[in-house]
Amino acid sequence: MRIALLATCIGEAMFPRAPRATVELLERLGHEVVYPQGQACCGQMHVNTGYFTEALPVIRNHVEAFEPVLDGAWDAVVVPSGSCTGSIRHQQAMVASRLGDEALATRAARVADRTYELSELLVDVLGTVDVGAYFPHRVTLHPTCHSLRMIRVGDRPQRLLRAVEDLELVDLPSAETCCGFGGTFSLKNAPTSTAMLEDKVAAIRSTGAEVVTAGDYSCLMHIGGGLSREGAGVTTMHLAEILASTRETPAAVGGAW
Amino acid sequence: MSVDLGMPGVWAPKGAAQTSGHGAHPADPLRWGPTFPEAAAEALGDRQLRRNLARATSTIRGKRAAVVGEVTDWEELRDAGRAIKTRVMAELPELLLQLEEQVTARGGTVHWARDAAEANRIVADLVKATGETEVVKVKSMATQEIGLNEALAEEGIEAVETDLAELIVQLAGDMPSHILVPAIHRSRAEIREIFLARMDDVPRELSDAPAELAEAARLHLRRTFLRAKVAISGANFAVAETGTLAVVESEGNGRMCLTLPETLITVMGIEKLVPTWRDLEVFLQLLPRSSTGERMNPYTSMWTGVTKGDGPQAFHLVLLDNGRTRALADDVGRAALHCIRCSACLNVCPVYERVGGHAYGSVYPGPIGAILTPQLTGAAGHGDPGSSLPYASTLCGACYDVCPVKIDIPALLVDLRARQVDGDRRRILPGAWDVAMRGASWAMSSAKRFAPAARSARLGRLLARDGKIRSVPFPGSLWTRSRDLPAPPEETFRDWWSRTRGDGDEA
Ligand code: SF4
Repeated sequence: MRIALLATCIGEAMFPRAPRATVELLERLGHEVVYPQGQACCGQMHVNTGYFTEALPVIRNHVEAFEPVLDGAWDAVVVPSGSCTGSIRHQQAMVASRLGDEALATRAARVADRTYELSELLVDVLGTVDVGAYFPHRVTLHPTCHSLRMIRVGDRPQRLLRAVEDLELVDLPSAETCCGFGGTFSLKNAPTSTAMLEDKVAAIRSTGAEVVTAGDYSCLMHIGGGLSREGAGVTTMHLAEILASTRETPAAVGGAW
Repeated sequence: MSVDLGMPGVWAPKGAAQTSGHGAHPADPLRWGPTFPEAAAEALGDRQLRRNLARATSTIRGKRAAVVGEVTDWEELRDAGRAIKTRVMAELPELLLQLEEQVTARGGTVHWARDAAEANRIVADLVKATGETEVVKVKSMATQEIGLNEALAEEGIEAVETDLAELIVQLAGDMPSHILVPAIHRSRAEIREIFLARMDDVPRELSDAPAELAEAARLHLRRTFLRAKVAISGANFAVAETGTLAVVESEGNGRMCLTLPETLITVMGIEKLVPTWRDLEVFLQLLPRSSTGERMNPYTSMWTGVTKGDGPQAFHLVLLDNGRTRALADDVGRAALHCIRCSACLNVCPVYERVGGHAYGSVYPGPIGAILTPQLTGAAGHGDPGSSLPYASTLCGACYDVCPVKIDIPALLVDLRARQVDGDRRRILPGAWDVAMRGASWAMSSAKRFAPAARSARLGRLLARDGKIRSVPFPGSLWTRSRDLPAPPEETFRDWWSRTRGDGDEA
């Protein structure tokens, strides 16, 4: 398959290891990955903060960058982020239509129909659960709110992780509870956000895991921020990084991020 | 809805933000205290409160999950609940007139109140006309919302709350902090103190055992019940087709109020309607399981007008708007009016669980409060603490998943944020967020601008030690006060792609 990658703005600037791992993983599975050069951001931050007018040009840019998928230039769009996928699916068309741009809303909805979060792409579109990864570490999974409740990836990440050779997957207590990030919530309501983070970090530490993984680097930036501050010695890694790890080129573990 | 969750657990002493203190009732029950971030920060200081809220909400969450899990057609029931409420909002004027006609035909009197002041005036006059100076009350959010007890007190009428938790709140001169368990912020020991100080008929040797506290309240209330001539209630539902009112509860005190007195006055928000009797079937399954985690609530009281020789012989229904038509006029926001006040969204909310109900500065706390309160009050602009409520959420979506009438609370929160932002656009000087968001919009709407912006994050490496940044200036300090930041990478993804795969779109 020819798969177009949305690196995501945070992946682009702060955590390129997640989109890189996505590229390496998909290429290893025999697919062709394309990076549409016009991409920037899906608009989630603006939408969730209430800046619809400011979100509109960001959304338009995204739709223009990924529209070739509708003409068969690529077979699908992959996003290594549950919340960006959620915003593309549930917010882009809504915002465009709320601001009166019905044409853009229709185009956005059609692109969204061909857009998949990484675990969805692997399990549903590519029909793979065992991606041939090797990761000899004790791992716990934070399922992330938007993956769980906005796009409903269900247990796809767990199934992918369980198939990884030598990976020990341990349950995270209160896994489905939010880590407290919430985008600008982490700044506007910093003390409440931190109180939630403390509980998430305590739950992660209680598992004895070396690595906490998730399908979204925004949550991992927050969780890693708490783990690092506490000197917890637990590493955050994107699901893609674990799935990209092989016996030949095993992923390194260490540091908070 | 009045319920008995057992005594409200082992509640810890509340933080300063958790109580308004005796006799310090706010003038507006929908708008008191500082902004949410300020009130929340203060409440968080009470770690004991946090632990206890966590324990209480997790208990009720577990109960709810267990009884909801038993129902094989739960999702269909939620869809039905949502569909009925959507129809009610679409046909509200017609349904209200139908209700009025039916209630009147069956011997009741219907009153219309535009706002809290009008509703309070109507009720006070009705009570005065009976010559009574004491009324018993069934737990009701609508009367909390309009501050009825305080308004009656000003007219020399004493209103006695009969729901156990509501009685505790009333005796303490508190504000409720939960829709269902209004005294959730009070410990057993505190409740004992409150009873000893404020009930003249409790034994001095009263312990803080739940059974003893409940018994003390029961004895205290019984005398009041027997002499009360007037009762005031809310309503969970009103059936337009028959004019029937319904109250569901667990303790049975509501049943006594609804049947013993001579005059019954019901204050009901205009959104509480269901079109037909049959529609109750859906809600009487959804509500108890979502609310108390019971399969069925112990008491369901229904009455239709006046029945000669049976129950109250005078019945008044006060239909309350108080901002509801404003919400109704908004095609997105109106979904908040579907709420059946089960409180499930409070119990699953990770924010509510940590800050408690008083931080929301409204009798409607938690996720539903965050979408309902600002709409009822028309909160706008930074001067209004209610305008901070739509931001009191991480948009984690736990509330939407449990809501029995499927209100998409995160989507409503986002919509209310947008209205807040748009309302502020009229300001002459943009705020810091406005400036930041406009700049980000410019940078993120074109790869040509975004690529260098992303690359410039590399500058942050100067601040990093050992791969992390521990402190940055404001506003980044809001983050780094409690969390580290990762050192930005040496190479953006785009640059890695160009280096390893070339510049074009194709690999
Ligand atoms: S919004 Fe939904 S979950 Fe929350 S109290 Fe209302 S009905 Fe219950």
